[in-house]
Amino acid sequence: MTSVSLDAAPPRPRAASLSCPSCGAGIALHAQGWAVSVVCESCGSVLDATDSMLRILQRHEEAVSVRPRLPLGTRGTWKGISWELIGFQVVTITVDGTDYSWSEYVAFNPYHGFWYLSEYQGHWTVIEKLRRRPREEFGGNRPTATLDGREYKHFQTSLARTTAALGEFPWQLQVGDTVAARDYVAPPFILSAESTDGETTWSLGTYTPPEVIAKAFGGTTPMITPIGVFANQPNPHVHTAGRVLRTLGLLLALMVAMLVGNVMMSRGETVFTNRYAFAHGTEDSAAFVTPVFALTGRPTSVVVEIDSDADNDWVYFDFTLINETTGIATEFSKQIEYYYGRDSDGSWTEGSRTGRVRVSSIPAGRYFLRVAPVGGETSRGGVNYSLRVRRDVPSYLFYGLALVVLLLPALLALLPKAAFEQRRWAESDYGSETGTVSSGDEGDDE
Amino acid sequence: MTAPAPRTTSCPNCGASIRFLWAQAVQTTCAYCRAVLVRNDLDLALVGKQAIFPETGSPIQIGTEGRWNGTRFTVVGRLAYGWERGRWNEWYCRLISGESAWLSDAQLEYAMSVETAPSGPLPTPFSVTVGDSYVWNDHAYDVSTVTRAQYLGTEGELPFTSFTRDECVFVDLQNDAGQMATVDFSDAPATLYLGEYCDFAALEFTGLREFEGW
Repeated sequence: MTSVSLDAAPPRPRAASLSCPSCGAGIALHAQGWAVSVVCESCGSVLDATDSMLRILQRHEEAVSVRPRLPLGTRGTWKGISWELIGFQVVTITVDGTDYSWSEYVAFNPYHGFWYLSEYQGHWTVIEKLRRRPREEFGGNRPTATLDGREYKHFQTSLARTTAALGEFPWQLQVGDTVAARDYVAPPFILSAESTDGETTWSLGTYTPPEVIAKAFGGTTPMITPIGVFANQPNPHVHTAGRVLRTLGLLLALMVAMLVGNVMMSRGETVFTNRYAFAHGTEDSAAFVTPVFALTGRPTSVVVEIDSDADNDWVYFDFTLINETTGIATEFSKQIEYYYGRDSDGSWTEGSRTGRVRVSSIPAGRYFLRVAPVGGETSRGGVNYSLRVRRDVPSYLFYGLALVVLLLPALLALLPKAAFEQRRWAESDYGSETGTVSSGDEGDDE
Repeated sequence: MTAPAPRTTSCPNCGASIRFLWAQAVQTTCAYCRAVLVRNDLDLALVGKQAIFPETGSPIQIGTEGRWNGTRFTVVGRLAYGWERGRWNEWYCRLISGESAWLSDAQLEYAMSVETAPSGPLPTPFSVTVGDSYVWNDHAYDVSTVTRAQYLGTEGELPFTSFTRDECVFVDLQNDAGQMATVDFSDAPATLYLGEYCDFAALEFTGLREFEGW
């Protein structure tokens, strides 16, 4: 016994061949059963694709002059699925008296249905119809829409009209039809709400580089280089900026770690201390050398601290740190001056009785210090002072300098990203506003 | 003990073999002569004859199998509707769990739904407005479309027998999670279907119709 009801239907023919009732040209319906309107590629008449006689909905008198960059009938593979371009329309908006037009393609697969491609001056967006509704919020100075946890910023609200069409469309299309469109962007994505007769259709577009479109739809069609910055074009500097910021963060963290390590590991130990007196006018005989002291461990800084009883007086110290074994000498100096008094403004002081001088990266070894004090007020007798030599004292100056060195190039690297955002938003409803530059890290998903 | 329902019988109109994919089917259409047959116990009664209705271009056909939420199902019947912007099908599916579901293929956007007892008020066809919100089973839905459709015909096995309706009103609702709801006003009281939009690939179809060149 055969089972009639289980017999599979024969394969559907590739396309239904019909004739245009207006000009008689052949019309192939690829999305038969789903196409609602079909525009004759010869005469441009809009026909009712749901009617077996292809009732004329809109007669077009002139020859069709619009030529899609990707010819209708082109097959391409997108995300592993084969698609055929079956419809094309030119959509125009008017902003401040200027017309802006873009192309929209209808792509069809008999199993997967429809999706769409748009092109404006070389910028391509792959568009899918949404079956869920984003949440729109109109509060604040700029509306937002949220879908799948991603927030989209309002870009433009416009009246978009169909100014030319060819091929098949899964909706009722007529040239001259107008839809109210609201666009929200979160590059590379764009959310669009198109409203007609109180019914709103949402779609989600993804910015797609022309070379990807060229690869997907193969062929020999030359792609033009995108002109300007498009609404949902990803900011190419986001990654640069992101990389710079990540590197900066890493280096800053490293610096903090070094600083903490430096402070923690620094022993700051006193290796030598003694008290001396310097009588003014005895420069020729005042120079002396200290007893030998040992510097141990890794090469670190050495700090000489001077604590004096200078009283309206000054002393200039020439120091030489000499390695007893190698004779290698490191010279440095420090002046101590301390003055005070009273005048019409009250009492004042100037300078300090103490001083501190650092030499860095002194390797371990046995050292002594040559000290040569000079100068001073001849009216004063002299200065008593103590010298303290300390080993391995943390330095903060290095970190301050490093911070400046790190931050400067980082700031410079962030500028192109901001400039790109400025160009993007210049094309939006918010173009004349200042401070619209998005500083977020959108798309930073490297 | 009830006798097992016959799985195979013959068309009382033309004698062609009729095989039931679903033992409890109460109605079927002879694929050969397009007689609409109602099953009454063991007999099939001819209740009418159906015109061949136009193609919809769907890749789904009677016998197509798929998987929804981990449960296998078989497409056993079809209701076809037409409206001002074309046609679509509601495919009647039997799940191996014993339940039934409807697979909708409008504009090749697939949705699976099941008849659900409404846990809250339903819209009425004359007062409903696009954008109205309703809550059923703790999920909120917004009205997206109100569709006046013509009933075009049936195919295969269906869970009901009356097809006297000509025009029907459907209210479709969506939410931000991809769930959908349909209120069918063909019968009084209206029937609520709750479900979700499904990716073609996610439904893991087998036994699909073939398309030349694809």
